[in-house]
Amino acid sequence: MDANAKPVTKSDVSALVALDRDVFDHADTEKHTYKSVPGLTEELVREISKQKNEPQWMLDLRLKGLHHFLRTPLPDWGPSLKKLNFDEIIYFARPDAKQDSTNWEEVPKEIKTTFDRLGIPKAEQQWLAGVGAQYDSDVVYHKIRDDLAAKGVIFEDMDVALQKYPELVKQHFMTNCIPVTDHKFIMLHAAVWSGGTFIYVPKNVKVDLPLQAYFRMNAKKGGQFEHTLIIVDEGAQLHYIEGCSAPQYNANSLHAGCVEIYVKKGARMRYSSVENWSKNTYNLNTKRGIVEENGLLEWVSAQTGSGVTMLYPCSVLKGQYAKADHISIAVAGKNQDQDTGAKVYHLAPHTSSIIRAKSISKDGGISTFRGHVKVIKGAKDAKVSVKCDALMVDAISVSNTFPYMKIMESEVDVAHEATVGKIDAEQLFYLMSRGLTEEQATQMVVAGFIEPIVKELPLEYAVELNRLIELEMESH
Amino acid sequence: MADLEIRNLHAAIGDKEILSGISLDINQGEVVALMGPNGSGKSTLAFVLAGHPKYTVTKGSITFQGKNLLQMKPHERSRAGLFLSFQYPSEVSGVTVSNFIRTALNARLPAPIKIVEFAKRLKEKMQLLNVDSKLVNRYLNEGFSGGEKKKTEMLQLSLLEPKLAILDETDSGTDVDALRVIGEGVTKIAQSTNMGILIITHYNRILHYIQPHQVHVLVAGKIVKSGGAELAHEIEKHGFDAMKAKEVR
Repeated sequence: MDANAKPVTKSDVSALVALDRDVFDHADTEKHTYKSVPGLTEELVREISKQKNEPQWMLDLRLKGLHHFLRTPLPDWGPSLKKLNFDEIIYFARPDAKQDSTNWEEVPKEIKTTFDRLGIPKAEQQWLAGVGAQYDSDVVYHKIRDDLAAKGVIFEDMDVALQKYPELVKQHFMTNCIPVTDHKFIMLHAAVWSGGTFIYVPKNVKVDLPLQAYFRMNAKKGGQFEHTLIIVDEGAQLHYIEGCSAPQYNANSLHAGCVEIYVKKGARMRYSSVENWSKNTYNLNTKRGIVEENGLLEWVSAQTGSGVTMLYPCSVLKGQYAKADHISIAVAGKNQDQDTGAKVYHLAPHTSSIIRAKSISKDGGISTFRGHVKVIKGAKDAKVSVKCDALMVDAISVSNTFPYMKIMESEVDVAHEATVGKIDAEQLFYLMSRGLTEEQATQMVVAGFIEPIVKELPLEYAVELNRLIELEMESH
Repeated sequence: MADLEIRNLHAAIGDKEILSGISLDINQGEVVALMGPNGSGKSTLAFVLAGHPKYTVTKGSITFQGKNLLQMKPHERSRAGLFLSFQYPSEVSGVTVSNFIRTALNARLPAPIKIVEFAKRLKEKMQLLNVDSKLVNRYLNEGFSGGEKKKTEMLQLSLLEPKLAILDETDSGTDVDALRVIGEGVTKIAQSTNMGILIITHYNRILHYIQPHQVHVLVAGKIVKSGGAELAHEIEKHGFDAMKAKEVR
């Protein structure tokens, strides 16, 4: 399925996935060169733009976002956001580090240690074509393999890209894909965005190994608002991986990222992400891609962290024969509300989409799947396939499914299937009678449940995901 | 003291008593057959031995090699060397037979078995039990025929090498050829590991392939008759009704 997937050795994998909850939850001592006071003001928005030395149009975009954010109510659907206090969040915190180092040795020791612990530099050496690492509001490390840079592949910190490629950025940044006024958290994002990734892959260039960005939020009561803009030009190919985590504090943090992807004619793009924000993070993230004729956009998401998640990656199939494939796994544990799903718009004939979602709820966690598929009149021969499966590990957990389809064209092929299952006591007893503890038996049933999705992931990813879910299943 | 000692065992589901005072001894190296009509409590005994939470032991004791089995959790019983071959094993989607057996084996080993070593042992036992090579890469019991399920149970048994195996209706849903392979395979394993076997069966088909040292007949939760291998032949000829009649008389 993924042309970029390369086999890796076992030691690579174990280095990458030597996961321990402490690894994610550990907080570094805070050292910032600039840290805003909590709360959002026009003054702060102007300060961010000034510190980044941005062109006027970007400041205008930020102010427009702020203007609308302040006048827009919270969504009237989905998980409760009542405990999210916008006045307590620190929207801009710059680490005491050089921006965009290309050498890990230049990254301050404490920050480097954090990324070492997360296995990023090692993965970079072994199976990635480039890495970006963001710490709070700034990108502290960014590097791409020389040969790819020579072919014209651009992989930059979003802030740097704005300075170096102003026209390309201006044309694509929150314009057609995700406009500033899309929804409340996008308005907020526009006002305070900082860092993130910019990628441009020129026509017919195939990036053989994945590019990865890792976002780490360290500041207490912090907010992270990275902006990712990816343009895969005609006939080009890219696999981009994103990982995220934050330490465990008692105060809430907020993540409102924005991912915009342009898949041009005949291009292929795979976007993979493992989100593992700490359990007190509100992850209100927006991801959308526009796919031109014959293009392919694949979303692979694993959602295990955060207290509240609202995330529905969206594909706009604009050209004929454009395809989208959405694969997702969400795990909702104690005090977690995982509200995830997928959206697809079929705007042209012969477009096709596949949505496959698996969710696991345990210890009273809530997982909700929202599928939204629209086929406009004239999108003849469109194919839609939606399959979502939910597994409840115990009787106190909750699983919801809200499929929504609006099909305006009659010549279409639509399939929808949803299942909700519980772990069967006989199944557990059978496994336990072979020497597995109840916990091991449960883990095995859960691993089996997600296997059909995991087996399609590149190896290094599949192992990481399995380990993460294993961690989630372990009793605390 | 026998390896497995069951004394005056009473067990119930809810308020309904199913076993009403069973006493039974089994030693390693011995083959004991427990026969009886449907509903006599044979499978209940098997589940009680394995620690199924659905059943409550209301009276009596079970010791396994001197340890109080009733205080042990199902996985502890398994690790102590008890194995139950299920009449109707559960399906587990997404987990291959081979992955499952390796996990079960590792659960009882001080250090995980090397993958190469496991593959070697697995292949050996698959040959012994004439198991199709594709079977171990399929998801556990999912879409398996009756015979395939029973063979998978025996494959687990052969790799986990228990001290005592309980074979619950291994001959039901199994064709003659498969039953012969299973019978011969289990006999070989028992001989090489000195495993004790408790065979639970309605018919005595399986007893043609595994020779019992002792036969007990269970009717309505009680052992009504005990004897040697000849008792199985008697049942084959006259059925259980004759036993019931004797009991009444």
